[in-house]
Amino acid sequence: METGRKRTKINARGLNLYYGCNHALKDIDMDIRPHAVTALIGPSGCGKSTFLKSLNRMNDLVDCVRIEGSVTLDGEDIYDPKVDTTLLRKKIGMVFQQPNPFPMSIYDNIAYGPRLHGIKSKSRLDEIVETSLRGAAIFEEVRDRLKKSALGLSGGQQQRLCIARALAVGPEVLLMDEPTSALDPISTLKIEELMEELKKKYTVVVVTHNMQQAARVSDDTAFFLVGQVVEFDSTKNIFSRPRDKRTEDYITGRFG
Amino acid sequence: MSPRITFEHELEELKENVANMSLQVEKTYRGLFQALEERDADRIRKIMEIDRAISDMERNIESRCLSLLTRQQPVARDLRIVTAGLKVVTDIERAGDHVADMAELFLRLDMNGPENYSEHLLPMAGEAVEMFHDAVEAFVERDEEAARQVIARDDVVDEFFNKVKDDLIECLKKETKNADECVDILLVAKYLEKIADHAVNIGEWELFQETGDIGMARLL
Repeated sequence: METGRKRTKINARGLNLYYGCNHALKDIDMDIRPHAVTALIGPSGCGKSTFLKSLNRMNDLVDCVRIEGSVTLDGEDIYDPKVDTTLLRKKIGMVFQQPNPFPMSIYDNIAYGPRLHGIKSKSRLDEIVETSLRGAAIFEEVRDRLKKSALGLSGGQQQRLCIARALAVGPEVLLMDEPTSALDPISTLKIEELMEELKKKYTVVVVTHNMQQAARVSDDTAFFLVGQVVEFDSTKNIFSRPRDKRTEDYITGRFG
Repeated sequence: MSPRITFEHELEELKENVANMSLQVEKTYRGLFQALEERDADRIRKIMEIDRAISDMERNIESRCLSLLTRQQPVARDLRIVTAGLKVVTDIERAGDHVADMAELFLRLDMNGPENYSEHLLPMAGEAVEMFHDAVEAFVERDEEAARQVIARDDVVDEFFNKVKDDLIECLKKETKNADECVDILLVAKYLEKIADHAVNIGEWELFQETGDIGMARLL
Protein backbone atom coordinates (compact mmCIF):
# COMPACT_ATOMS: atom_id res chain seq x y z
CA MET A 1 0.00 0.00 0.00
CA GLU A 2 2.76 2.37 0.97
CA THR A 3 4.74 1.82 -2.24
CA GLY A 4 1.54 2.19 -4.29
CA ARG A 5 0.92 5.54 -2.65
CA LYS A 6 4.42 6.74 -3.47
CA ARG A 7 3.93 6.06 -7.15
CA THR A 8 0.64 7.94 -7.27
CA LYS A 9 0.39 11.70 -7.67
CA ILE A 10 -3.38 11.97 -7.84
CA ASN A 11 -5.70 9.36 -6.52
CA ALA A 12 -9.46 9.26 -7.13
CA ARG A 13 -11.56 6.84 -5.10
CA GLY A 14 -15.29 6.21 -5.46
CA LEU A 15 -15.69 9.57 -7.16
CA ASN A 16 -19.29 10.38 -8.03
CA LEU A 17 -20.37 13.70 -9.47
CA TYR A 18 -23.90 14.93 -10.09
CA TYR A 19 -25.02 18.00 -12.03
CA GLY A 20 -28.44 18.31 -10.41
CA CYS A 21 -29.98 14.92 -11.09
CA ASN A 22 -27.54 14.08 -13.91
CA HIS A 23 -25.11 11.46 -12.62
CA ALA A 24 -22.05 12.58 -14.63
CA LEU A 25 -19.27 10.55 -12.97
CA LYS A 26 -19.91 7.11 -11.54
CA ASP A 27 -17.60 5.48 -9.01
CA ILE A 28 -14.36 6.57 -10.58
CA ASP A 29 -11.21 4.97 -9.15
CA MET A 30 -7.97 6.13 -10.72
CA ASP A 31 -4.31 6.38 -9.73
CA ILE A 32 -2.46 8.97 -11.78
CA ARG A 33 1.29 8.44 -11.82
CA PRO A 34 3.73 11.31 -11.28
CA HIS A 35 5.91 12.40 -14.20
CA ALA A 36 3.72 10.63 -16.69
CA VAL A 37 1.19 11.77 -19.28
CA THR A 38 -2.24 10.30 -18.62
CA ALA A 39 -4.73 10.57 -21.49
CA LEU A 40 -8.49 10.57 -20.96
CA ILE A 41 -10.40 9.42 -24.03
CA GLY A 42 -14.04 8.65 -24.80
CA PRO A 43 -16.99 9.92 -26.82
CA SER A 44 -18.52 13.35 -26.18
CA GLY A 45 -20.44 13.55 -22.93
CA CYS A 46 -18.66 10.54 -21.40
CA GLY A 47 -17.40 12.54 -18.42
CA LYS A 48 -13.72 12.88 -19.26
CA SER A 49 -13.67 16.70 -19.10
CA THR A 50 -15.81 16.63 -15.97
CA PHE A 51 -13.32 14.24 -14.38
CA LEU A 52 -10.42 16.48 -15.45
CA LYS A 53 -12.09 19.53 -13.90
CA SER A 54 -12.78 17.63 -10.71
CA LEU A 55 -9.00 17.26 -10.26
CA ASN A 56 -8.58 20.96 -9.46
CA ARG A 57 -12.11 21.65 -8.30
CA MET A 58 -13.14 23.65 -11.33
CA ASN A 59 -16.55 21.98 -10.99
CA ASP A 60 -17.07 23.86 -7.72
CA LEU A 61 -17.88 26.86 -9.91
CA VAL A 62 -20.86 25.07 -11.46
CA ASP A 63 -24.26 25.51 -9.80
CA CYS A 64 -25.98 22.50 -8.23
CA VAL A 65 -22.97 20.23 -8.50
CA ARG A 66 -22.63 17.50 -5.89
CA ILE A 67 -19.49 15.45 -5.40
CA GLU A 68 -18.98 12.24 -3.41
CA GLY A 69 -15.87 10.16 -2.87
CA SER A 70 -12.34 11.45 -2.69
CA VAL A 71 -9.57 12.96 -4.77
CA THR A 72 -6.14 13.23 -3.20
CA LEU A 73 -3.02 15.04 -4.34
CA ASP A 74 0.08 13.49 -2.74
CA GLY A 75 -2.25 11.87 -0.22
CA GLU A 76 -4.01 15.12 0.78
CA ASP A 77 -7.76 15.32 0.16
CA ILE A 78 -8.34 18.23 -2.24
CA TYR A 79 -12.04 18.37 -1.29
CA ASP A 80 -11.25 18.98 2.37
CA PRO A 81 -13.16 22.15 3.38
CA LYS A 82 -9.90 23.64 4.67
CA VAL A 83 -8.30 23.54 1.22
CA ASP A 84 -7.72 26.96 -0.35
CA THR A 85 -8.83 26.46 -3.96
CA THR A 86 -6.61 29.29 -5.20
CA LEU A 87 -3.56 27.52 -3.82
CA LEU A 88 -4.85 24.20 -5.11
CA ARG A 89 -5.13 25.60 -8.63
CA LYS A 90 -1.62 27.02 -8.29
CA LYS A 91 -0.45 23.45 -7.77
CA ILE A 92 -2.73 22.00 -10.42
CA GLY A 93 -2.75 24.27 -13.46
CA MET A 94 -5.08 24.03 -16.42
CA VAL A 95 -4.91 24.65 -20.17
CA PHE A 96 -8.08 24.81 -22.20
CA GLN A 97 -9.25 23.87 -25.67
CA GLN A 98 -9.29 27.42 -27.03
CA PRO A 99 -6.11 29.37 -26.33
CA ASN A 100 -7.24 32.16 -24.02
CA PRO A 101 -4.43 34.70 -23.62
CA PHE A 102 -5.36 37.78 -21.61
CA PRO A 103 -5.64 40.95 -23.72
CA MET A 104 -2.28 42.24 -22.52
CA SER A 105 1.39 41.84 -23.41
CA ILE A 106 3.12 38.48 -23.64
CA TYR A 107 5.19 39.43 -20.60
CA ASP A 108 2.18 40.47 -18.54
CA ASN A 109 0.31 37.30 -19.44
CA ILE A 110 3.05 35.23 -17.84
CA ALA A 111 3.71 37.63 -14.93
CA TYR A 112 0.00 37.82 -14.08
CA GLY A 113 -0.13 34.73 -11.87
CA PRO A 114 3.15 35.32 -10.02
CA ARG A 115 2.12 38.97 -9.34
CA LEU A 116 -1.22 37.73 -8.01
CA HIS A 117 0.72 35.47 -5.66
CA GLY A 118 2.70 38.49 -4.40
CA ILE A 119 5.90 38.51 -6.42
CA LYS A 120 6.88 42.14 -7.12
CA SER A 121 10.61 42.03 -7.85
CA LYS A 122 11.25 42.98 -11.48
CA SER A 123 14.27 40.74 -11.81
CA ARG A 124 12.43 37.78 -10.25
CA LEU A 125 9.48 38.33 -12.61
CA ASP A 126 11.86 38.59 -15.60
CA GLU A 127 13.36 35.30 -14.59
CA ILE A 128 9.98 33.59 -14.18
CA VAL A 129 8.77 34.91 -17.55
CA GLU A 130 11.84 33.61 -19.36
CA THR A 131 11.88 30.22 -17.59
CA SER A 132 8.17 29.70 -18.19
CA LEU A 133 8.36 30.66 -21.87
CA ARG A 134 11.36 28.37 -22.30
CA GLY A 135 9.52 25.58 -20.49
CA ALA A 136 6.70 25.91 -23.00
CA ALA A 137 9.14 25.95 -25.95
CA ILE A 138 8.12 29.40 -27.14
CA PHE A 139 10.77 31.75 -25.73
CA GLU A 140 12.90 31.87 -28.89
CA GLU A 141 9.86 32.84 -30.97
CA VAL A 142 8.77 35.72 -28.74
CA ARG A 143 11.93 36.96 -27.01
CA ASP A 144 12.00 40.16 -29.13
CA ARG A 145 8.33 41.00 -28.66
CA LEU A 146 7.65 40.37 -24.97
CA LYS A 147 5.98 43.75 -24.61
CA LYS A 148 3.72 43.20 -27.62
CA SER A 149 0.14 42.01 -27.28
CA ALA A 150 -0.28 38.26 -26.86
CA LEU A 151 -3.29 38.47 -29.15
CA GLY A 152 -0.94 38.99 -32.11
CA LEU A 153 0.45 35.45 -31.76
CA SER A 154 -0.71 32.54 -33.91
CA GLY A 155 -3.11 29.99 -32.40
CA GLY A 156 -0.34 27.48 -31.75
CA GLN A 157 1.85 30.15 -30.15
CA GLN A 158 -1.06 31.37 -28.03
CA GLN A 159 -1.61 27.85 -26.74
CA ARG A 160 2.06 27.47 -25.80
CA LEU A 161 1.82 30.91 -24.15
CA CYS A 162 -1.11 29.60 -22.10
CA ILE A 163 0.99 26.60 -21.10
CA ALA A 164 3.80 29.00 -20.11
CA ARG A 165 1.29 31.01 -18.10
CA ALA A 166 0.25 27.85 -16.27
CA LEU A 167 3.91 27.02 -15.59
CA ALA A 168 4.65 30.49 -14.21
CA VAL A 169 3.01 29.81 -10.85
CA GLY A 170 5.11 26.67 -10.31
CA PRO A 171 2.51 23.92 -10.62
CA GLU A 172 3.05 20.22 -9.98
CA VAL A 173 0.27 18.99 -12.23
CA LEU A 174 -0.94 20.28 -15.60
CA LEU A 175 -4.46 19.50 -16.73
CA MET A 176 -5.05 19.94 -20.45
CA ASP A 177 -8.54 19.89 -21.91
CA GLU A 178 -8.24 19.10 -25.63
CA PRO A 179 -5.28 21.48 -25.89
CA THR A 180 -4.72 20.98 -29.63
CA SER A 181 -8.21 20.59 -31.05
CA ALA A 182 -8.18 24.20 -32.29
CA LEU A 183 -4.67 23.95 -33.78
CA ASP A 184 -3.19 22.96 -37.14
CA PRO A 185 -1.18 19.70 -37.42
CA ILE A 186 2.27 21.28 -37.02
CA SER A 187 1.27 23.33 -33.97
CA THR A 188 -0.34 20.15 -32.63
CA LEU A 189 2.92 18.23 -33.00
CA LYS A 190 4.78 21.03 -31.20
CA ILE A 191 2.41 20.78 -28.24
CA GLU A 192 2.72 16.99 -28.28
CA GLU A 193 6.51 17.21 -28.21
CA LEU A 194 6.20 19.73 -25.42
CA MET A 195 4.16 17.26 -23.35
CA GLU A 196 7.05 14.81 -23.60
CA GLU A 197 9.30 17.49 -22.09
CA LEU A 198 6.76 18.69 -19.52
CA LYS A 199 6.30 15.28 -17.96
CA LYS A 200 9.92 15.31 -16.82
CA LYS A 201 9.01 18.07 -14.36
CA TYR A 202 5.26 17.82 -14.04
CA THR A 203 2.42 15.33 -14.01
CA VAL A 204 0.27 15.80 -17.09
CA VAL A 205 -3.36 14.78 -17.57
CA VAL A 206 -4.82 15.42 -21.00
CA VAL A 207 -8.31 15.05 -22.41
CA THR A 208 -8.23 14.34 -26.11
CA HIS A 209 -10.62 13.35 -28.86
CA ASN A 210 -7.67 12.49 -31.03
CA MET A 211 -6.88 8.80 -30.57
CA GLN A 212 -3.57 9.12 -32.39
CA GLN A 213 -2.58 11.84 -29.99
CA ALA A 214 -3.37 9.68 -26.99
CA ALA A 215 -1.34 6.84 -28.53
CA ARG A 216 1.59 9.12 -29.33
CA VAL A 217 1.95 11.21 -26.21
CA SER A 218 0.58 9.37 -23.22
CA ASP A 219 1.98 6.74 -20.90
CA ASP A 220 -1.39 5.69 -19.47
CA THR A 221 -4.84 5.94 -20.99
CA ALA A 222 -8.28 5.87 -19.42
CA PHE A 223 -11.32 5.13 -21.57
CA PHE A 224 -14.50 6.79 -20.31
CA LEU A 225 -18.04 5.84 -21.29
CA VAL A 226 -21.27 7.30 -19.88
CA GLY A 227 -19.57 8.56 -16.75
CA GLN A 228 -17.60 5.41 -16.01
CA VAL A 229 -14.02 4.36 -16.54
CA VAL A 230 -14.31 1.27 -18.71
CA GLU A 231 -10.58 0.61 -18.82
CA PHE A 232 -7.47 2.25 -17.44
CA ASP A 233 -4.10 0.80 -18.38
CA SER A 234 -0.77 1.59 -19.96
CA THR A 235 -1.26 3.26 -23.34
CA LYS A 236 0.67 0.41 -24.93
CA ASN A 237 -1.84 -2.12 -23.65
CA ILE A 238 -4.90 -0.01 -24.42
CA PHE A 239 -3.85 0.45 -28.04
CA SER A 240 -2.44 -3.02 -28.67
CA ARG A 241 -4.64 -5.37 -26.69
CA PRO A 242 -7.41 -3.70 -24.70
CA ARG A 243 -9.16 -6.02 -22.25
CA ASP A 244 -12.68 -4.63 -22.73
CA LYS A 245 -14.52 -5.03 -26.01
CA ARG A 246 -16.03 -1.55 -25.66
CA THR A 247 -12.54 -0.03 -25.54
CA GLU A 248 -11.53 -1.99 -28.60
CA ASP A 249 -14.70 -0.94 -30.46
CA TYR A 250 -14.12 2.70 -29.60
CA ILE A 251 -10.45 2.95 -30.52
CA THR A 252 -10.96 1.01 -33.76
CA GLY A 253 -13.84 3.28 -34.76
CA ARG A 254 -16.51 0.56 -34.52
CA PHE A 255 -18.36 2.28 -31.74
CA GLY A 256 -22.13 2.44 -31.54
CA MET B 1 13.52 20.85 -37.85
CA SER B 2 10.89 18.18 -37.51
CA PRO B 3 8.65 18.78 -34.53
CA ARG B 4 8.48 15.01 -34.09
CA ILE B 5 11.74 14.83 -32.18
CA THR B 6 10.74 11.81 -30.11
CA PHE B 7 9.64 9.84 -33.15
CA GLU B 8 12.78 10.73 -35.12
CA HIS B 9 14.82 9.63 -32.14
CA GLU B 10 13.00 6.30 -31.99
CA LEU B 11 13.57 5.74 -35.72
CA GLU B 12 17.25 6.40 -35.17
CA GLU B 13 17.32 3.83 -32.37
CA LEU B 14 15.57 1.32 -34.62
CA LYS B 15 18.27 1.84 -37.22
CA GLU B 16 20.97 1.29 -34.59
CA ASN B 17 19.28 -1.89 -33.37
CA VAL B 18 19.20 -3.29 -36.92
CA ALA B 19 22.85 -2.34 -37.43
CA ASN B 20 23.88 -3.97 -34.13
CA MET B 21 22.00 -7.17 -34.83
CA SER B 22 23.57 -7.45 -38.28
CA LEU B 23 27.01 -6.74 -36.88
CA GLN B 24 26.52 -9.59 -34.41
CA VAL B 25 25.64 -11.97 -37.25
CA GLU B 26 28.58 -10.81 -39.35
CA LYS B 27 31.05 -11.13 -36.45
CA THR B 28 29.78 -14.64 -35.73
CA TYR B 29 30.09 -15.59 -39.39
CA ARG B 30 33.67 -14.32 -39.67
CA GLY B 31 34.49 -15.87 -36.29
CA LEU B 32 33.23 -19.24 -37.50
CA PHE B 33 35.58 -19.40 -40.47
CA GLN B 34 38.43 -18.11 -38.32
CA ALA B 35 37.74 -20.84 -35.73
CA LEU B 36 37.59 -23.41 -38.52
CA GLU B 37 40.97 -22.30 -39.78
CA GLU B 38 42.38 -22.56 -36.26
CA ARG B 39 40.53 -25.87 -35.69
CA ASP B 40 39.08 -24.40 -32.48
CA ALA B 41 36.17 -26.72 -31.64
CA ASP B 42 35.22 -24.90 -28.41
CA ARG B 43 34.74 -21.66 -30.24
CA ILE B 44 32.66 -23.36 -32.92
CA ARG B 45 30.49 -24.92 -30.21
CA LYS B 46 29.90 -21.46 -28.70
CA ILE B 47 28.89 -20.15 -32.11
CA MET B 48 26.14 -22.78 -32.24
CA GLU B 49 24.56 -21.11 -29.21
CA ILE B 50 24.77 -17.58 -30.58
CA ASP B 51 21.54 -17.76 -32.54
CA ARG B 52 19.57 -17.48 -29.30
CA ALA B 53 21.06 -14.03 -28.63
CA ILE B 54 20.34 -13.04 -32.22
CA SER B 55 16.73 -14.22 -31.91
CA ASP B 56 16.38 -12.07 -28.79
CA MET B 57 17.62 -9.06 -30.76
CA GLU B 58 15.10 -9.87 -33.49
CA ARG B 59 12.22 -9.99 -30.98
CA ASN B 60 13.34 -6.70 -29.49
CA ILE B 61 13.33 -5.01 -32.91
CA GLU B 62 9.95 -6.52 -33.82
CA SER B 63 8.49 -5.31 -30.55
CA ARG B 64 9.91 -1.82 -31.15
CA CYS B 65 8.44 -1.71 -34.67
CA LEU B 66 5.01 -2.88 -33.50
CA SER B 67 5.06 -0.30 -30.74
CA LEU B 68 5.97 2.43 -33.27
CA LEU B 69 3.12 1.31 -35.54
CA THR B 70 0.67 1.33 -32.63
CA ARG B 71 1.67 4.55 -31.00
CA GLN B 72 3.01 6.73 -33.81
CA GLN B 73 0.78 5.42 -36.58
CA PRO B 74 3.35 6.41 -39.19
CA VAL B 75 2.50 7.19 -42.81
CA ALA B 76 4.41 7.48 -46.10
CA ARG B 77 8.21 7.33 -45.68
CA ASP B 78 7.93 6.73 -41.93
CA LEU B 79 5.59 3.79 -42.53
CA ARG B 80 8.01 2.30 -45.07
CA ILE B 81 10.93 2.62 -42.65
CA VAL B 82 9.11 0.90 -39.80
CA THR B 83 7.64 -1.90 -41.93
CA ALA B 84 10.98 -2.47 -43.69
CA GLY B 85 12.57 -2.79 -40.23
CA LEU B 86 9.96 -5.38 -39.29
CA LYS B 87 10.72 -7.41 -42.43
CA VAL B 88 14.48 -7.04 -42.64
CA VAL B 89 15.10 -8.58 -39.21
CA THR B 90 13.72 -11.89 -40.48
CA ASP B 91 16.38 -12.03 -43.19
CA ILE B 92 19.11 -11.05 -40.75
CA GLU B 93 17.95 -13.66 -38.24
CA ARG B 94 17.82 -16.41 -40.90
CA ALA B 95 21.37 -15.54 -41.95
CA GLY B 96 22.36 -15.95 -38.28
CA ASP B 97 20.58 -19.33 -38.17
CA HIS B 98 22.56 -20.50 -41.18
CA VAL B 99 25.82 -19.52 -39.49
CA ALA B 100 24.83 -21.77 -36.55
CA ASP B 101 23.85 -24.51 -39.04
CA MET B 102 27.27 -24.34 -40.65
CA ALA B 103 28.95 -24.47 -37.25
CA GLU B 104 27.17 -27.75 -36.57
CA LEU B 105 28.32 -29.18 -39.91
CA PHE B 106 31.93 -28.12 -39.34
CA LEU B 107 31.94 -29.97 -36.00
CA ARG B 108 30.49 -33.03 -37.73
CA LEU B 109 33.27 -32.75 -40.32
CA ASP B 110 35.70 -32.69 -37.39
CA MET B 111 36.79 -29.28 -38.65
CA ASN B 112 38.24 -30.82 -41.75
CA GLY B 113 38.90 -27.82 -44.03
CA PRO B 114 36.37 -27.42 -46.84
CA GLU B 115 39.22 -26.56 -49.22
CA ASN B 116 40.02 -30.28 -49.21
CA TYR B 117 36.77 -30.88 -51.08
CA SER B 118 36.40 -27.72 -53.17
CA GLU B 119 38.74 -24.81 -53.71
CA HIS B 120 35.70 -22.61 -54.38
CA LEU B 121 34.02 -22.90 -51.01
CA LEU B 122 36.13 -20.45 -49.01
CA PRO B 123 36.03 -17.78 -51.75
CA MET B 124 32.26 -18.34 -51.84
CA ALA B 125 32.11 -17.82 -48.07
CA GLY B 126 34.12 -14.61 -48.48
CA GLU B 127 31.79 -13.30 -51.18
CA ALA B 128 28.61 -14.16 -49.24
CA VAL B 129 29.73 -12.35 -46.07
CA GLU B 130 30.76 -9.30 -48.09
CA MET B 131 27.34 -9.26 -49.74
CA PHE B 132 25.66 -9.51 -46.34
CA HIS B 133 27.80 -6.68 -44.98
CA ASP B 134 27.17 -4.43 -47.98
CA ALA B 135 23.44 -5.14 -47.98
CA VAL B 136 23.08 -4.19 -44.33
CA GLU B 137 25.16 -1.08 -44.86
CA ALA B 138 22.96 -0.10 -47.82
CA PHE B 139 19.87 -0.64 -45.66
CA VAL B 140 21.14 1.28 -42.65
CA GLU B 141 22.65 4.12 -44.68
CA ARG B 142 19.59 4.27 -46.98
CA ASP B 143 21.85 3.88 -50.04
CA GLU B 144 19.73 2.83 -53.02
CA GLU B 145 22.66 2.48 -55.43
CA ALA B 146 24.63 0.23 -53.05
CA ALA B 147 21.51 -1.92 -52.61
CA ARG B 148 21.17 -2.39 -56.38
CA GLN B 149 24.84 -3.44 -56.57
CA VAL B 150 24.35 -6.09 -53.87
CA ILE B 151 21.30 -7.46 -55.64
CA ALA B 152 23.28 -7.77 -58.88
CA ARG B 153 25.98 -9.79 -57.11
CA ASP B 154 23.63 -12.70 -56.42
CA ASP B 155 24.78 -14.36 -59.66
CA VAL B 156 28.38 -14.45 -58.43
CA VAL B 157 27.44 -16.56 -55.42
CA ASP B 158 25.12 -18.76 -57.50
CA GLU B 159 28.02 -19.43 -59.82
CA PHE B 160 30.27 -20.34 -56.88
CA PHE B 161 27.61 -22.75 -55.69
CA ASN B 162 27.56 -24.53 -59.03
CA LYS B 163 31.36 -24.76 -59.02
CA VAL B 164 31.39 -26.25 -55.49
CA LYS B 165 28.68 -28.70 -56.51
CA ASP B 166 30.68 -29.75 -59.59
CA ASP B 167 33.81 -30.23 -57.47
CA LEU B 168 31.90 -32.44 -55.03
CA ILE B 169 30.41 -34.53 -57.85
CA GLU B 170 33.92 -35.04 -59.16
CA CYS B 171 35.07 -36.12 -55.69
CA LEU B 172 32.23 -38.62 -55.44
CA LYS B 173 32.90 -40.00 -58.90
CA LYS B 174 36.52 -40.73 -57.92
CA GLU B 175 35.69 -42.46 -54.66
CA THR B 176 32.68 -42.72 -52.42
CA LYS B 177 34.29 -43.24 -49.02
CA ASN B 178 34.00 -39.49 -48.29
CA ALA B 179 30.39 -39.30 -49.43
CA ASP B 180 29.12 -38.14 -46.01
CA GLU B 181 31.58 -35.29 -45.90
CA CYS B 182 30.81 -34.31 -49.48
CA VAL B 183 27.10 -34.06 -48.66
CA ASP B 184 27.89 -31.95 -45.59
CA ILE B 185 30.07 -29.61 -47.64
CA LEU B 186 27.27 -29.32 -50.18
CA LEU B 187 24.96 -28.30 -47.33
CA VAL B 188 27.49 -25.68 -46.22
CA ALA B 189 27.53 -24.34 -49.76
CA LYS B 190 23.73 -24.26 -49.77
CA TYR B 191 23.70 -22.30 -46.50
CA LEU B 192 26.17 -19.82 -47.98
CA GLU B 193 23.99 -19.47 -51.01
CA LYS B 194 20.96 -18.86 -48.76
CA ILE B 195 22.87 -16.21 -46.80
CA ALA B 196 23.58 -14.44 -50.11
CA ASP B 197 19.84 -14.70 -50.91
CA HIS B 198 19.06 -13.03 -47.59
CA ALA B 199 21.58 -10.30 -48.47
CA VAL B 200 19.65 -9.75 -51.71
CA ASN B 201 16.42 -9.53 -49.72
CA ILE B 202 17.98 -6.99 -47.35
CA GLY B 203 19.00 -4.96 -50.43
CA GLU B 204 15.42 -5.18 -51.66
CA TRP B 205 14.07 -3.97 -48.34
CA GLU B 206 16.33 -0.94 -48.70
CA LEU B 207 14.78 -0.24 -52.11
CA PHE B 208 11.34 -0.71 -50.54
CA GLN B 209 12.20 1.93 -47.92
CA GLU B 210 12.85 4.40 -50.72
CA THR B 211 10.13 3.45 -53.20
CA GLY B 212 7.47 1.27 -51.60
CA ASP B 213 8.21 -1.32 -54.31
CA ILE B 214 9.66 -4.76 -53.76
CA GLY B 215 11.01 -6.42 -56.89
CA MET B 216 8.44 -5.61 -59.55
CA ALA B 217 5.56 -5.35 -57.13
CA ARG B 218 4.21 -2.18 -55.56
CA LEU B 219 3.54 -2.90 -51.89
CA LEU B 220 2.71 0.60 -50.74
